[in-house]
Amino acid sequence: MRTTFRILAVASALLLASSALAQTIGLSVSTLNNPFFVTLRDGAQQAAARLGLELLVTDAQDSVSTQINDIEDLIQRGVKVLIVNPTDSAAVVPAVMAANAAGIPVIAVDRGVDGGFIAYFIASDNVAGGASAGQFICEQIGGSGPVVELEGIAGTSAARERGLGFNTYMRENCPGVTIVARQTANFNRAEGLSVMENILTAQPQIAAVFAHNDEMALGALQAIEASGRDIVVVGFDATDDAVAAVKAGRMAATVAQLPAMLGAQAVEAAAEILKSGAPAETVNVAVGLELVVE
Amino acid sequence: MSPARVNWREVFARFGLVMALLALIVALSLLSDRFLTPSNVVNVLRQISINAIIACGMTVVIIGRGIDLSVGSLLALTGVVGAGLAVGGLPAGLAVLAAMALGTALGTFNGLFVAYAGIAPFIVTLAGLTIFRGAALAYTDGRPITGLPSLFMTLGYGTFLGLPVPIWIMLAFLLVTHVILRFTALGRAIYAIGGNEEAARLSGIPVRRVQAFTFAYSGLAAALAAMVLTGRLNSAQPSAGVMFELDAIAAVVVGGTSLFGGRGGVFGTLVGALIIGVINNGMNLLNVPSFYQQIVKGGVILGALLIERLVATRRT
Repeated sequence: MRTTFRILAVASALLLASSALAQTIGLSVSTLNNPFFVTLRDGAQQAAARLGLELLVTDAQDSVSTQINDIEDLIQRGVKVLIVNPTDSAAVVPAVMAANAAGIPVIAVDRGVDGGFIAYFIASDNVAGGASAGQFICEQIGGSGPVVELEGIAGTSAARERGLGFNTYMRENCPGVTIVARQTANFNRAEGLSVMENILTAQPQIAAVFAHNDEMALGALQAIEASGRDIVVVGFDATDDAVAAVKAGRMAATVAQLPAMLGAQAVEAAAEILKSGAPAETVNVAVGLELVVE
Repeated sequence: MSPARVNWREVFARFGLVMALLALIVALSLLSDRFLTPSNVVNVLRQISINAIIACGMTVVIIGRGIDLSVGSLLALTGVVGAGLAVGGLPAGLAVLAAMALGTALGTFNGLFVAYAGIAPFIVTLAGLTIFRGAALAYTDGRPITGLPSLFMTLGYGTFLGLPVPIWIMLAFLLVTHVILRFTALGRAIYAIGGNEEAARLSGIPVRRVQAFTFAYSGLAAALAAMVLTGRLNSAQPSAGVMFELDAIAAVVVGGTSLFGGRGGVFGTLVGALIIGVINNGMNLLNVPSFYQQIVKGGVILGALLIERLVATRRT
């Protein structure tokens, strides 16, 4: 009994000491059962090591209730800043408000939070990704030609931002290109196939296709290969299937998010808060993207 | 009644739907010179084949006064299992047959709950919708299955006598379904149950077995469609077929089969599927902006139903 007490006392003293000395920050990840988030965590850990911060990581295994428990535990363990990668933007709100109430600044990464106060929101810059797809296509087809855009689900932020970046780039920097068809295939491979078949019927000349995600790009690729025409296809997300198609030379490129950068930027924002306090209003940090080519 | 006089009212009543389709085709061929080309006609037929196959099964279920919301998920599950077996080394033909057997079994599972446990078809198949989707995701760990044997490419892209294989499969399945519905005791029993279940029971029809059959048939149809879609995409997706149930139900209802059972047939369903397919194709050809496509699609479906209803009311 006495030994147990002593161990507990030593342990809590150590815990207090560690949280008082090395600045501790918490990272609640939605799931480590997905390589994307594992890479995000690795990036965060490397940044924390570089900046001399102690990083506590929890894995919610894509369960909303587990994540709320995880965040409560991190609050109890006295983290100075909390980084949340929400499993669900709405369900995580009570836990974020609990951290706010405990005076712990919160940083959201990859997905936003629908309530409470978020000091920094770190997410991929879909607008920049769309623009880099536009730039790549413009170079590939020599600055002019008919181009098709396959849009994602109407009204989603990914479809809006990727389309905005792509179209703005084309309008301003690649005036020789005409967007001859702009149709939705709802982020879906089967629809990418049938919509592309219809567009191939309507358009005798197509130089390139930009799809707002890889699923639609791969569906379109199927239609294009069946038609025997030679068209540059660029997708978005760098899924395994798409990267394989790029490596095999069937697809021209896909835009990849940089999860390690997301994690690192979140930890750097946390360091900024520790140094000079949390900003009065949410600061949005847009992390760049990378083009995967053969 | 002189034989020389054409009864236009009767003609409209019988062919109102076909006329709605023809009106749509005329309008689209005026708007786009690429619409009424042989290659685009084949293209539209190939595109509707998947929905039409599912809708054949759905027609059988709805004539028997049921509904099957699970077809999209069932398509995903049978697709990934068939592809998984083929990639795992089972001969492709056997893998396809196994997937169709699985579809029939899962449909029977729905049917047993409806017919023998007396649970409403809407609820049973809504449960099926989530169970089968979950199973498809679990089986694949959420990832598409690729690297399929060439039989699947033949199913999706092969041609026979100049027409793509998916169209032949659709036509064959339509014919089989038509024969079952119109020329067998089983078919007559399905209409009888949809018309008046109690009367069917009293006249000695094995109502439960026939009801279970309709769901099994719908499961088989969804699995067949899954094989065609897997071939078309050259991969099997656990996320395939989301909302396919609504397209199939729309084709059936636009095609004149009553949601209250007892009336309708598969040729109407084919016309319904054609109307939906022609709208989708036409909007792509005309480059209608995405936001308006959904409005146009819903509006045209409502319009077709309104024409059909007006004609039907005048008839009575």
